Amino acid sequence: MADPLLRVENLVRRFGGILATDNLSLDVIPGELHAIIGPNGAGKTTLISQLTGQLTPNSGTIVFGGRDVTGLPSYERSRLGLARSFQITSLLPNFTAADNVALAAQAHDGHSFRFWGNARKEKPLRDAAQAALTRVGLGARADVPVSELSHGEQRELELAVALATKPQLLLLDEPMAGLGVTESARMVALLKELRKEVTIVLVEHDMEAVFALADRITVLVYGRVIASGDPDAIRHNDEVKRAYLGDQHVVVAHG
Amino acid sequence: MKLQINTSNVVVALVAAGLLLLPLYSQLTGNIFILTLFTRIIIFALAAASLNLIMGYGGMMSFGHAAYLGIGGYAVGILAFEGIGSGFIQWPVALVASALYALVIGALSLRTRGVYFIMITLAFAQMAYYIASGMSRYGGDDGLTIYKRSNFGGLIDLSNRVQFYYLCLGCLFGGIYLIWRIINSRFGLVVQGIRSNEQRMQAIGYHANRYRLVCFVISGTICGLAGALLANNTDFISPAGMYWTRSGELMVMVVFGGMGSLFGPVIGTIFFLLLEELLSQFTEYWALIMGPLLLLIVLFARGGIMGLLGRFNRG
Repeated sequence: MADPLLRVENLVRRFGGILATDNLSLDVIPGELHAIIGPNGAGKTTLISQLTGQLTPNSGTIVFGGRDVTGLPSYERSRLGLARSFQITSLLPNFTAADNVALAAQAHDGHSFRFWGNARKEKPLRDAAQAALTRVGLGARADVPVSELSHGEQRELELAVALATKPQLLLLDEPMAGLGVTESARMVALLKELRKEVTIVLVEHDMEAVFALADRITVLVYGRVIASGDPDAIRHNDEVKRAYLGDQHVVVAHG
Repeated sequence: MKLQINTSNVVVALVAAGLLLLPLYSQLTGNIFILTLFTRIIIFALAAASLNLIMGYGGMMSFGHAAYLGIGGYAVGILAFEGIGSGFIQWPVALVASALYALVIGALSLRTRGVYFIMITLAFAQMAYYIASGMSRYGGDDGLTIYKRSNFGGLIDLSNRVQFYYLCLGCLFGGIYLIWRIINSRFGLVVQGIRSNEQRMQAIGYHANRYRLVCFVISGTICGLAGALLANNTDFISPAGMYWTRSGELMVMVVFGGMGSLFGPVIGTIFFLLLEELLSQFTEYWALIMGPLLLLIVLFARGGIMGLLGRFNRG
């Protein structure tokens, strides 16, 4: 087995008396699509936020690409190739789609302390933005302000922004959240393409999507890992069935 | 940027042309008062434009911008008092002092957000005010008269009203051009992105506070220049000029004109100071009228005067 791209060891995060992340350990191998599932309140978003540096763990370590990043702020982790999409869409609403992506490309293209030239006329940045937008199917919507994009388009734009930072690891926090059936299907198809190029950690509620995409699945309950393995193993894991799948068992059996 | 013909651009062009031609009018009619009044307006417009850079584009509500007017002014005043009359020394000192002050204040204030940021910038500006009041060698509370305006050799004579007016106007137009370049540059887009969604900008790799701080320093430096001009205009500098009410007035000018609009602060300053001039001829309680007016603008015209003009375009 290859060295893990991301190794999480004994991560702990408390909010007051609540253990949101309870001694959690996790490996992500290069090239895999690793899904993290769990019921509401299992601490999935808390985990993602610690991985990207928006939250600091109380203890434990996060090693990314062989480097301990536990204490690094989010902008430095982004530089190292860690990108995230947000569960609740988080974009720059008064900028156009192309601006949003171009700013992400700009962040990883040297420094941004340039005060004179018109950044919107920098062809390399615009081209990179256009390429990322085309990649997610928004090529024709480049000049539309984010506030005028549909929810589904905003989810796709989230992905384009993350891609424009040329990540080694893409952390996707419920990319399907709030999407309709057709939009979801488009997103699954898109992720199937993307996974060929980049390692992905996918947090998702849509079980059908998870079992269709994942190489490995980690199941969280109350901040703890109760099972980790390939989709088949998870599907037949008794503890997972008991603790989590319950009424969704039927869906899984079809997956 | 394509130039479009719309109401706000026409108004901006007319105002700019009016400002350029004003000395001509003043000479023809012998109305010197209007030239003095507009010199003052132009200087404050530059200060308001610098505040707009951090307030409108950077989302940083600085309530201590008058401090830079004072620092720039005192740099000129103190050097003149100590016998250094050359503008080539006075003005760079004014700019550097303002920049350094902004760097220190910014580095400390930018750890906070929202109301706390407003309060901490206010607190530092008040500190600067009391320090100026305590400088007994330089007049303390009473202020310092500047007997000779900055000397730029044979280049320009600041004591000549028309030359000084055009110098101020040049600084204003130059400042606005600079701000225009900045807001469309890589740096400017990052700063505006941070205002819009800081978390997102951090997540894609930007160290938000570093950009904020640089923006804060640029703004303070431009305002320091306005301070140097103002001291030369009034031939006098006193702590009163950096009192918190002055900072408030600058904010009101920006809000009147339209936050985050390039030329808005100019329009807002003209509006504010002309209104003040006009109203104070009738009553010393002019603020009683100015206050409700500000309220109306905040309630019904978020984009200020420029925002209102923009509405005409959409019919």
